[in-house]
Amino acid sequence: MTAVVAAVRRPLIANRALVAPVTFVVLGLIDICLFGTAALVHKGDAAFLLSAGSGVKIPAIRVAAAPACFALGAISVGLGVLRGTTELGRAARRLTVAAVLLCFVLSLLCWADAGHIALNVIIIAQGTFAASIPLILGALAGCLCERAGVINIAIEGQLLFGAFTAAIVASAFGGLWVGLVAGSLAGGLVGTLLAVFAISFLMDQIILGVVLNVLALGMTDYLYDRLMSQNSNYNTGVTFSTIKIPGLSQIPIIGPIFFDSTVFLYITYVAVIAIQVAMFHSRWGLRVRAVGEHPTAADTVGINVLWIRYRNVILGGLLAGIGGAYLTIGSVGSFIPSISSGFGYIALAALIFGRWTPLGALTAALLFGFCEEMALVLPTVNPVLPAPIMHMAPYVATIIAVAGLVGKVRAPKADGQPYVKA
Amino acid sequence: MSETPVAAPDPVPAAADAVAAGPGQRGDSPGPATPRGRLTGAVLIQAITQGSSAVITILAIFLALVVGGVLIVFSDPVVTRAWSSLFTHPGYALGQTWDAVSFAYTQMFEGAILNPSTVSAALHGGSVAAIFYPLSSTCAQATPLILTGLSVAIAFRAGLFNIGAAGQWVGGAVVATWLGFGVSLPPVIHVIVCLIGAFVGGGVIGWFVGLLKARTGAHEVIVTIMLNYVMYDLLSYLLSHQGMLQKPKQTNQIAPFIASNANLPHVGGPPPQVGIGFLIAVAAALGVAWLLSRTTTGFEFRTVGASPSAARTGGINVERSWVLVMLLAGGLAGLSAATVIQGTNTQLTFNSYGTYGPDGITVALLGRAKPIGVVLAGLLFGALHVGGTYVEAATLGQVPANIVQVLEGLIVLFVAAPALIRATFRLRATAGTGMEAVAKGWNA
Repeated sequence: MTAVVAAVRRPLIANRALVAPVTFVVLGLIDICLFGTAALVHKGDAAFLLSAGSGVKIPAIRVAAAPACFALGAISVGLGVLRGTTELGRAARRLTVAAVLLCFVLSLLCWADAGHIALNVIIIAQGTFAASIPLILGALAGCLCERAGVINIAIEGQLLFGAFTAAIVASAFGGLWVGLVAGSLAGGLVGTLLAVFAISFLMDQIILGVVLNVLALGMTDYLYDRLMSQNSNYNTGVTFSTIKIPGLSQIPIIGPIFFDSTVFLYITYVAVIAIQVAMFHSRWGLRVRAVGEHPTAADTVGINVLWIRYRNVILGGLLAGIGGAYLTIGSVGSFIPSISSGFGYIALAALIFGRWTPLGALTAALLFGFCEEMALVLPTVNPVLPAPIMHMAPYVATIIAVAGLVGKVRAPKADGQPYVKA
Repeated sequence: MSETPVAAPDPVPAAADAVAAGPGQRGDSPGPATPRGRLTGAVLIQAITQGSSAVITILAIFLALVVGGVLIVFSDPVVTRAWSSLFTHPGYALGQTWDAVSFAYTQMFEGAILNPSTVSAALHGGSVAAIFYPLSSTCAQATPLILTGLSVAIAFRAGLFNIGAAGQWVGGAVVATWLGFGVSLPPVIHVIVCLIGAFVGGGVIGWFVGLLKARTGAHEVIVTIMLNYVMYDLLSYLLSHQGMLQKPKQTNQIAPFIASNANLPHVGGPPPQVGIGFLIAVAAALGVAWLLSRTTTGFEFRTVGASPSAARTGGINVERSWVLVMLLAGGLAGLSAATVIQGTNTQLTFNSYGTYGPDGITVALLGRAKPIGVVLAGLLFGALHVGGTYVEAATLGQVPANIVQVLEGLIVLFVAAPALIRATFRLRATAGTGMEAVAKGWNA
């Protein structure tokens, strides 16, 4: 099987060395030909504001849009040539990818903004984080489960149930922190169901995830109808206020983006770092990965496979529940039916895009969050850009990624396979 | 079927056993695996005690209705008040509970299948046709569900999980709508052209998924999920731009009505009637059944589904099967869109796609990925949808229609976890769920 798959893939693998340089050059040419020439027609400057609200005022950056697009495109093409002609180290290769993406985004912004009202970079960055938090937490939940060998498609259901429970508990008891804990527990409950059916009843995990999502959707719709829509005391729309980190939040540009947000952003920082370190630099993580890669071997050396799977799946549920709570009491406040609107599935894509590592998932989730934010912002700045097309970008990117053009992704080996002690 | 020994609890050997037993044995052929000469009664008892798939399904539905009953009780203030005085008036609490639950389920039955009052009315000179009104609504609701269910089911049989019926539905809907109002053709031909267009529109989306899987190994679950969102966004784009699919002089996301020549006709007179769409769905099910059990292509699909490596060793072009089965799956989902756009709605809006895609998955699971099972499951879910709407009206919103969604989820959860049903009802032995062929992980 593997031999034939390799044979099918061989033409792509042979050319893979060329994929990155060609993509770089193509993106650079898009910068120049599409954005640059279009910006020439508009004949305007692009303006970027770097401060929001009170605090230190930083003068806005104004650049001539067309020349900027040309310059950014030239940099991309140059990096493509560099990448195609010289052998680079791993870190350098990643840097070039980041640089080309940045150039692409900047020239897109230059073009979109040419001759229009100024874009506020700070607000865009804040919006990106706001859109990314549920994706990051959901992807981390998936990471905990799938590294231990349990496929988690139920992230969507965990987010949704967490969002509902957080809203109703926070409204009914008037305590936001109680709501946060309740939302987390609700996600954990879905995680427990996932664990029981997948690990103990050996149910197919992909089917199980889909079914749990259907159930969570049905339950929240039903309870919304029965409880919230009749009694607004159960859906008051309370939200966490922002917490400014003393000192750090005063730093220009960085402060308002990273250190002036709700508790959810700080939880996300902690979760990403903790899981990344624990998964790859601790005995705990080694055991989890062993269970996900080769449960029989792990069992042989005395690791309790089922216990580790149960624990991780439930932990993941608790984490995704926090992400769900963010959707209500962390941002908009009140719950509406199907508020998670596919975030769980995007989180799953971010996890796979990020190759089942917390940092990779973080990067992918931020990219997706940025696309979401752009889909909101760009049409207001430049009505020529259709929001649905921008909104499509992360999904198309994911398809390209899993189709192997960005690089082969490989899941934990025992992912999705129930373990039964021989 | 009930004789299949699954001693090894590991599902991979279990799937291999199923292959060894032959794909044809897994319910395609009506012949049971039990030895000849056994008494019918004994076979029946064995089926019940060992939990054949039909028994498991019935028990799953029963269990789901029980859990649904708990929800109904929980949401009824009269009953919850009665429960608060459980220890002083236990009979009252239980009576109220029984009343609330039985009333809701009776209403559901009357709305979806048969209302006794129409029968007695007919006996006293009323309309006979009115008796069949609930059943005709059920058939109308079931039509798109059967088709998306078939879409998911046929992919299941080839070992692929098609979560993308929703996106393929949109693909079919877009083409059907465009052909429906954009061209003008004579009556019958217009209907056929739209149907074929919808099949092609959905099929292209499915084909693309199969192609990516065959060429690059991209997992169909991810690709179909992503394509769903791409198609929603595409639909939103097309419906919000004049000159695309948006109705002229409209700002809403709504397409023009399709030409009356393109509407699917009905069989039978006014309201109690059967749409041609339902007949198309049944015909499609028969076609899929024929394809799977009587053709080389179908045999290849099932072999690939049972074990791609064994199929490859046996000289079957696995990649070709993947592409072909996804093309057919997409086409069936596209047909589902055609029955809605040309049948009941006659107009495409952004919300038209509803939950046909996800419902298709649950229908296919409940029908155990067998065409006839899918038709029955589609009818059951159609009846639940009709009954849900009816019960919401009958109880003045006391029991909302979306309780049906919970029931559907529970039914499929229980059906897909036979171990739970067996443990609950203390059934012996284990038999396959019929779902062993589905991919088990991202690396598959």
